[in-house]
Amino acid sequence: MADAAIHGHDHHDDRSFFERWFMSTNHKDIGILYLFVAAIVGFISVLFTMYMRLELMEPGVQYMCLEGARLIADASAECTPNGHLWNVLITYHGVLMMFFVVIPALFGGFGNYFMPLQIGAPDMAFPRMNNLSFWMFVAGVSLGVASLLAPGGNGQSGSGVGWVLYAPLSTSEGGFSMDLAIFAVHLSGASSILGAINMITTFLNMRAPGMKLFKVPLFSWSIFVTAWLILLSLPVLAGAITMLLTDRNFGTTFFDPAGGGDPILYQHILWFFGHPEVYIVVVPGFGIISHVVATFSKKPVFGYLPMVWAMIAIGALGFVVWAHHMYTVGMSLTQQSYFMLATMVIAVPTGIKIFSWIATMWGGSVEFKTPMLFAIGFIFIFTMGGVTGIVLSQAPLDRAYHDTYYVVAHFHYTMSLGAIFAIFAGVYFYIGKMSGRQYPEWAGKLHFATFFIGVNVTFFPQHFLGRQGMPRRILEAPEGFAYWNYISSWGAFLSFASFVFFVGIVIYTLRFGRKVTENNYWNEWADTLEWTLPSPPPEHTFETLPKQSDWDRGHAH
Amino acid sequence: MAHAKNHDYHILSPSIWPLAGAVSGFVMLFGFVLMVSPEVGSNQPWMFLIGLVGVGYTMFAWWSDVVAEGHAGDHTPVVRIGLRFGFILFIMSEVMFFAAWFWSFLKHAMYPMDPDGMSPMVDGIWPPAGIETFDPWHLPLINTLILLLSGCAATWAHHAIAHENNRRDLVRGLAVAALLGGLFTFFQAYEYSHAGFGFAGNIYGANFFMATGFHGLHVIIGTIFLLVCLGRAMRGHFTPERHVGFEAATWYWHFVDVVWLLLFTVVYIWGR
Repeated sequence: MADAAIHGHDHHDDRSFFERWFMSTNHKDIGILYLFVAAIVGFISVLFTMYMRLELMEPGVQYMCLEGARLIADASAECTPNGHLWNVLITYHGVLMMFFVVIPALFGGFGNYFMPLQIGAPDMAFPRMNNLSFWMFVAGVSLGVASLLAPGGNGQSGSGVGWVLYAPLSTSEGGFSMDLAIFAVHLSGASSILGAINMITTFLNMRAPGMKLFKVPLFSWSIFVTAWLILLSLPVLAGAITMLLTDRNFGTTFFDPAGGGDPILYQHILWFFGHPEVYIVVVPGFGIISHVVATFSKKPVFGYLPMVWAMIAIGALGFVVWAHHMYTVGMSLTQQSYFMLATMVIAVPTGIKIFSWIATMWGGSVEFKTPMLFAIGFIFIFTMGGVTGIVLSQAPLDRAYHDTYYVVAHFHYTMSLGAIFAIFAGVYFYIGKMSGRQYPEWAGKLHFATFFIGVNVTFFPQHFLGRQGMPRRILEAPEGFAYWNYISSWGAFLSFASFVFFVGIVIYTLRFGRKVTENNYWNEWADTLEWTLPSPPPEHTFETLPKQSDWDRGHAH
Repeated sequence: MAHAKNHDYHILSPSIWPLAGAVSGFVMLFGFVLMVSPEVGSNQPWMFLIGLVGVGYTMFAWWSDVVAEGHAGDHTPVVRIGLRFGFILFIMSEVMFFAAWFWSFLKHAMYPMDPDGMSPMVDGIWPPAGIETFDPWHLPLINTLILLLSGCAATWAHHAIAHENNRRDLVRGLAVAALLGGLFTFFQAYEYSHAGFGFAGNIYGANFFMATGFHGLHVIIGTIFLLVCLGRAMRGHFTPERHVGFEAATWYWHFVDVVWLLLFTVVYIWGR
């Protein structure tokens, strides 16, 4: 009876639309807001890449002309290559994806929604500050878009400096677009830091009675580790970009040798943030993949404790390898040797995770539902990227590969596709829980098949391009690189079509999808606390804290 | 039975302040660019000032709500633990922010750039030629003592409320701490006005002013925090068991102290 009363009450919501979505203090609503905004920004960011792949498809410049950007090539009209437009597109693709898509989707979206549920907390530790994180992220996106449209370098709009904002390019870029971009990153950083404080406090202070640290589900652990990386690395980036800001506007010379400054210093500080950043992007994905693999193998995850420690080790090691991004700046051999060794050490905990996922599947009764397909895709793709990572970690080899498409292929395989596959796996795994409606299985499988083929056709040939010596960040690929660029572009178009299809699946599911009636619509191996709740969960969950028997499965750990 | 809350955590009602703060932050930062960028035709401060007022008002209103919630009994023991965790984590992120400024200073002090472009084969000299640094054993030493004394006063105040329930000494200690904080800021401003190097055009000035300047900003924020606690102490907000806000202010103040000690030893003494 009591249950029915609670249920009945939650069907009418006494909050107005504005109160619910603009003044929210509810971790589930804020998580959904994060996912939606990240998806919109992600779509914009993907559109940029389509235009870039279109341009690279054929040698010469057909689309990005100074005479005006075109969507259809016109051989009769004159076309002067517009390098600034190209640079702007790569810059905003990187900045948006890194700061405004993947972190908000995985950490802000899934982290907000599911971490408190998994540990049995009624909400986040600081529910109001949680909403500040979200709105600061939106403000950051707005500044980013303003920066794209504001006067920038070369008398055009936007800044074409690359997402790393290297000095002296970023300190000499004209216009005030660059300054707005710096503040966009500042806001995104502040938003993430507040989010990290919230997540860590929630994790430490609000676990269900009896849930010791090493009984916490792996996804919540992954969010906890990520939160520490954010907390300790993003403020350092804030310092670095503040130096850029003063160099640009107040005449300081942090990165200007004419005043005794050192542009290499910027690279060091940037990458001290930048390397933890790649783990910030991918570690929450590890958590999602662990749950998906265990659920659809119908086995508890293999090696819970090593999985946790591997994430902690990856996080800690992530702070001491930054200069492998800059082997070619003139470091001493000793420094290069150290960073090479330290980098290769990361392969050990990463290997523990990969092999543990495989061992989870081993002997399991594997069911190839869409989330599982994306999880297996993740394992394949992440391993691919990891293997090329070992190649790139070698300082001598990096001499040849530095700033080539080999690097582009490598980091898209690991960080970008790794994170994106994890996001897709998470969406298919949890959309029924979040919306109360289930996606059509055939559509999810078709999405997976086209997306998996698409991204591999896009990025695998880029390894060959890199080995042939094609530099990154060029608008016009010479004739010799035409073959694989053509194939890569077709792969990109296929991936985009697949992505549009995915958007369609989500819209269809939310409006017409089959209603989910049971709390746990997968199987008993989805055994964390979110599966004990109705789909979608009521506004307030765990009004009475869960009992240990609700979540403690002897077999799970 | 519906919506019976059977736990000690704090569930909040909807609030406009996060949205207001983010919008004000956007206006403030956009306005800052319009105010300072040499690329903007005529720099105007208005947009920045409007945003600043918005941010300031949001902070005031938000924290007023927090104080009111504290009085309403929402801050149960477990919530107070959470607030402490949160504040310590915030201070940790601040530490990492200063790491960037120390990194820049130490890099340039240990491996100064060679003016003839021979770096990194040949190091230049530090401080760079033509830079006359401060003598650490004059005003900077006095300022160090002032700040340390202020930290002592804050701890005295904390001891008074936590162990003796002595509100008079709490108020006295806070007043002394805030006063000394203000004195530190005053002397720091005096020192700045007598600097033998500029902010722009040289790496020493950039490093010096940004590192000590951000510290100074934190001193000002910390002083305001102490003053707020002083006002609350006079209204009797704090008890021996319940004084999280004051505790946070004290932690913050000690953090500012430690950063200064590092600045004093690294920048003023070792880096001259």
